[in-house]
Amino acid sequence: MSETFTKAMARNIFYGGAVFFFLLFIALTFDTVQTLPKRDHRENITDSVVRGKHIWETRDCVGCHTILGEGAYFAPELGNVYKRRGGDFIKAWIKSQPTGAPGRRQMPQFNLTDEQLDDLVSFLKWTSEINTNNWPPNIEG
Amino acid sequence: MQYKSQAVAKPYFIAAIGLFVGQILFGLIMGYQYVVGDFLFPAIPFNVARMVHTNLLIVWTLFAFMGAGYYLIPEEAETELFSPKLAIIMFWIFLVAGALTIVGYLAVPYATLARMTGNDILATMGREFLEQPLPTKVGIVIVALAFLFNISLTVLKGRKTSISLVLLLGLWGLAVFFLFSFYNPSNLVLDKYFWWWTVHLWVEGVWELILGAMLAFVLIKITGVDREVIEKWLYVIIAMTLITGIIGTGHHYFWIGAPEYWQWFGSVFSALEPIPFFMMTVFAFNMVNRRRREHPNKAATLWALGTGVMSFLGAGVWGFMHTLAPVNFYTHGTQITAAHGHMAFFGAYAMVNLTMISYAMPMLRGRSANSRSAQTLEMWSFWLMTVSMVFITLFLTAAGILQIWLQRMGSNPMSFMDTQDQVMLFYWLREIAGLVFFVGLVLYIWSFFYKKGEAHIAA
Repeated sequence: MSETFTKAMARNIFYGGAVFFFLLFIALTFDTVQTLPKRDHRENITDSVVRGKHIWETRDCVGCHTILGEGAYFAPELGNVYKRRGGDFIKAWIKSQPTGAPGRRQMPQFNLTDEQLDDLVSFLKWTSEINTNNWPPNIEG
Repeated sequence: MQYKSQAVAKPYFIAAIGLFVGQILFGLIMGYQYVVGDFLFPAIPFNVARMVHTNLLIVWTLFAFMGAGYYLIPEEAETELFSPKLAIIMFWIFLVAGALTIVGYLAVPYATLARMTGNDILATMGREFLEQPLPTKVGIVIVALAFLFNISLTVLKGRKTSISLVLLLGLWGLAVFFLFSFYNPSNLVLDKYFWWWTVHLWVEGVWELILGAMLAFVLIKITGVDREVIEKWLYVIIAMTLITGIIGTGHHYFWIGAPEYWQWFGSVFSALEPIPFFMMTVFAFNMVNRRRREHPNKAATLWALGTGVMSFLGAGVWGFMHTLAPVNFYTHGTQITAAHGHMAFFGAYAMVNLTMISYAMPMLRGRSANSRSAQTLEMWSFWLMTVSMVFITLFLTAAGILQIWLQRMGSNPMSFMDTQDQVMLFYWLREIAGLVFFVGLVLYIWSFFYKKGEAHIAA
């Protein structure tokens, strides 16, 4: 780098750039948080949805599955599973695990009660209604 | 080693390498579960193996960062560490907390672990990379603050170099952004939005400051190039990192419910994120070419150059490949993400840690470099690990492209599991590359104990 460009100048670009873009990030975040209620339909977050998210987390579902594309890539996307399979299928599927098919990927048996299964389905239903800019590309997730 | 208290770095580096071995073993288990689905089921389900794999990565990186801090801060500040005793106490607290967490993952069902550790009081668990129980998260904060207190006071009482300041900024940023891991709203969109404030602002933000400072320190030592020149490069690189990387967070906001304008902000800024990584490569090669001394530690030089190249390929090139919104629409949440994640994390963070350890460990053992034959062994481990990581990445990329083609494009898309069966060949090849990586890691550890041949090079 040229001699006329000094370390002090480089340092000032660093501090100036970091502060400016962090403030811009805060401003965009502020706007996003204002806009989100129209996109996430939070009026539909019932107690059941809240409990369902808690079950989702405490069984570490995201350790195998993705949800809205984030998580592990070992098992299917579940952000739109409610639309792909429907609530009854989801409950029956979870109850029947593991399949025990030799050599196939296995999902643990979580021994969820009927109420817990309903809560999980409410959570997945609410999730499937988030405005995700039309992601995923098709129903297979 | 110029200051006695730098010795506290040694247990940190040893623990880091030990946990690295654990990370790779669990990686191999997962890689095998990808091809033989019921391997070790139900003893170690895939999600448990993955938690262990990713959490060990985070913890060994933190150990190495702290070791690097304890090693380089006294030398930069030209004074003994504020409190070596505090550093050793924190080492044991962190090691025991980390070990208990891993045992917890493996020994009890995750839901039970959550109940036992107070997740019902403040629910923070069950989110990717932040699976740690509440006491572990609190422990990380305490250890990080004690560490920051210790090195900050050391810098305050000594010489204040740009490398110290950048390292401190990066590490304080690490602690501050980790606090978002305690925020877990029941609205999934908000949860995800701020989850990235920990995850993205770590790995594509403040961690790059730590990476840059560590690399700059080692380059000063092994090349003897003027500090003014190296620190100027450091500032330019990290300026570009934050100018591109902060708004670049937007590339995670395309499809999680956030407004559409993030597709523009995220695409444009994150497309520029390769720039600082490219500069890092140029920087490393430039400094080594302009070296004013022949440092006997050739292995450390190789690691430093390797960090530049591999972080550019993994974070820069593989990141760019799927960062534009129209591309990411198809690649999001596929094996392409896994491919990028592996090479970026290895190339940037694993390798800079190994660079630091390669430079500092001989010093901590009372010599300026290991014997030539031990270094040759270490360089073999470098090539085996690096080349096999390139192949892991290429195989996962092939799997990802095929997956997208079969599952997300065309008029008759396949289901997820049917698609997985179609790409099985690439998962086998990835596992074989993983085994080669493990051989490299074994050679790496062997290089520490290798005694044959000529003597080590005196300090």
